[in-house]
Amino acid sequence: MSGPWVLRGLRDGVVTTRWPARPDPYAEGWRGPATVLRPPPAGGGDLASLCPTGAISSETDGPVRLDQGRCILCGRCVEQRPDVFGWSRGTGASALTRDSLLVPQLPETEQDLAALRAALRARTAALRRSVHLRHVDAGSDGAEEQEIAALLNPVYDIHRLGIFFTASPRHADVLLVTGAGAHGMAEPLRRTYDGMPDPKVVIAVGTDACSGGLLAGSYATSDGVGAAIGVDVWLAGSPPPPFSILCALLGALGRLADRGKR
Amino acid sequence: MNAGARPGPAELLGSVPALWETLAAETATGGRFAGLMATQRPGGLMLSAHLATAKDITTYDAALPPGASSYPALTPVLGAAFWYEREIHDLFGVTPTGHLRLEPLILPLHDDTQPRPRPGTPGPEPAPIWPDEHSVPRHVLGAGLFTIPHGPVRSGVMESIEYLVETPGEDIPHLNMRVFYKHRGIEKRFDGLPAADGVLLAERTEGVASVAHALAYCHAVERIAGVSVPWPAALVRVLHAELERLASHLDAAARLADAAGLAVATARFGVHKERVLRLVSRMCGSRFGRGVVIPGGVSALPQLSAAEFLTGISRLDKAISADARVLMGTASFLDRLRRTGPLRPQRAREHGALGPVGKASGFSDDARLNRPYDAYPALGPGSLGDYSAGDALARLRVRWDEVRQSFHLLRQAADELSDAAGGPLSVECTAEDGRATGWAEAPQGEVLYDVRVEHGRLSRCRPRSASFHNLVLFHEVFTGDILTDFPFIEASFGLSIAGVAL
Repeated sequence: MSGPWVLRGLRDGVVTTRWPARPDPYAEGWRGPATVLRPPPAGGGDLASLCPTGAISSETDGPVRLDQGRCILCGRCVEQRPDVFGWSRGTGASALTRDSLLVPQLPETEQDLAALRAALRARTAALRRSVHLRHVDAGSDGAEEQEIAALLNPVYDIHRLGIFFTASPRHADVLLVTGAGAHGMAEPLRRTYDGMPDPKVVIAVGTDACSGGLLAGSYATSDGVGAAIGVDVWLAGSPPPPFSILCALLGALGRLADRGKR
Repeated sequence: MNAGARPGPAELLGSVPALWETLAAETATGGRFAGLMATQRPGGLMLSAHLATAKDITTYDAALPPGASSYPALTPVLGAAFWYEREIHDLFGVTPTGHLRLEPLILPLHDDTQPRPRPGTPGPEPAPIWPDEHSVPRHVLGAGLFTIPHGPVRSGVMESIEYLVETPGEDIPHLNMRVFYKHRGIEKRFDGLPAADGVLLAERTEGVASVAHALAYCHAVERIAGVSVPWPAALVRVLHAELERLASHLDAAARLADAAGLAVATARFGVHKERVLRLVSRMCGSRFGRGVVIPGGVSALPQLSAAEFLTGISRLDKAISADARVLMGTASFLDRLRRTGPLRPQRAREHGALGPVGKASGFSDDARLNRPYDAYPALGPGSLGDYSAGDALARLRVRWDEVRQSFHLLRQAADELSDAAGGPLSVECTAEDGRATGWAEAPQGEVLYDVRVEHGRLSRCRPRSASFHNLVLFHEVFTGDILTDFPFIEASFGLSIAGVAL
């Protein structure tokens, strides 16, 4: 009965990534949300209108900023103004405050973040090596769920990191929320969150969860999940790949060294 | 759209009853009902029905009298309109009189005095609308029955939907579905978008079928603009569409193996799917093929050489076929699927069941074969087996056949692409004014877009996913099954709730 499968399971050897202990080329090379490479030349034209979600804000002859929490990775800014915009690389498109998803980051933000990071580490000290995740879909397009579920496949294998999924909010330490904040899910999301004992961490997974993405302004959403519950980690992406989700998760648990620039 | 005759514009019929008569006549002579929608027009509400004939999809319109708040229901005449009329009532507030069960589907509101979103109405986005879950009744039929509410927060990593499973203990005589929880207001969100931007929202309407939705949307826009995409672009579109199908079918196989407790099989199909998604991301930067399909063509060639691609595909094909063979020989697994969740062939035909759900019950109307688009007319998909058992096992068999077909198409398309001369990957595609339908065969079945453009902006864009059309059949497939069969039936349908709740 299980005969053919036992040997089949050994067939390809170990396919599991060694990340974060060792670098992984797929993670390092990942094309993340757009970022600002350099300030625009003077009189450089209307940059804000490039973006279908309003992620780009610019003052005439002033600084340009891009809100990665609104970036759906459509690539228009990169394609049309490669002198200003480019893709970020790697899995670090997460932040501890909503504002710090805006790039380039302001210097004051870096200091506040260090304090937040320390506070989060302290809060999750007891959870660090054995964590249970609960997911709630608050109006996603369906892709984010597949990327979260992929964490269980042998390539990512979150069990090796002591991270498990649980069905019961009572047993959960981390709440992963996807989706644009559909009004119909506000109450179920709230109830799930309330059912989780402290300490708990909430991660908004995906651009829709951070800002509503293309659904921002819809009569049916609240521009992301921040309006319904407190969010500890904001992870941009459309959808964020499993490595980015893992990076945000381990970062929240204080299990990663400094990640480097976005 | 490259091949064949261009379909005519929508046919305007004199009245709603005339429209229903036409639909009844067409479906009696082999036509397939493909959807019903409403649009707010300046003169009043307009109903549009889509009908699939042998080679085409025809649209019929009928205007309601101005200020009308009701119309004679289509559902008593054509049962497949059941959910469509409920959706129209939710979005527009018009009542289909004589509808057998008019309950809210995607937007339950306390009463009819609250404003409805009414897609097609020009102007700013409506004020926030909050659904009232208490206005959706909870039925329990029969003595000794109780209801197990299953959702909207599910016990795994799954999309939000609530199944109300009515059971006396083990078996499931009836199942209700409450899909409104993750309604995002997609249809209204299309209103006013520039035609070039609509593809971005289409990709995110049903994220696990991004490529198919983008294709269906772009086909409609290309029809309005009167352009055909260049040959290399048509081939790249096929590559991404088939890779999307592979990923989806592997996901279904992994979920079924997981439901059966086959840990190794689940793991292996999970790895195969991961390899497909990584291949897609190496080609275009997105694991879901987003950003490739644009109106007029594609945005770029794959960032892999044909040789690398073919090697990757060939390795995947060998590994997947071998594992599929073992899976389909694992008796304990087959026992869980055989005769589980059967959809009767007659019901599949009456309803016009799409994709693998339909094919497993002997009803097949694959858009790649019958209304081909992009490079499909030139490529030979090959035939599928004939199935009519309609159970979860047949649905999985159909998926394996489609996987085999997909590898065949991928090889052909990659070969053709490496032979194709250089040249533009897209043509100028300016859709100023007009209306057209576009379609594509998603992994779940046919996706249909009805797009209307005015002065270069969308005045109405209606995505009709295969998931929306098929999910209603979930009510009917639980005869004789018990609670533990539920995950198999759900996984064998393989639908996405995002495409239903919209």
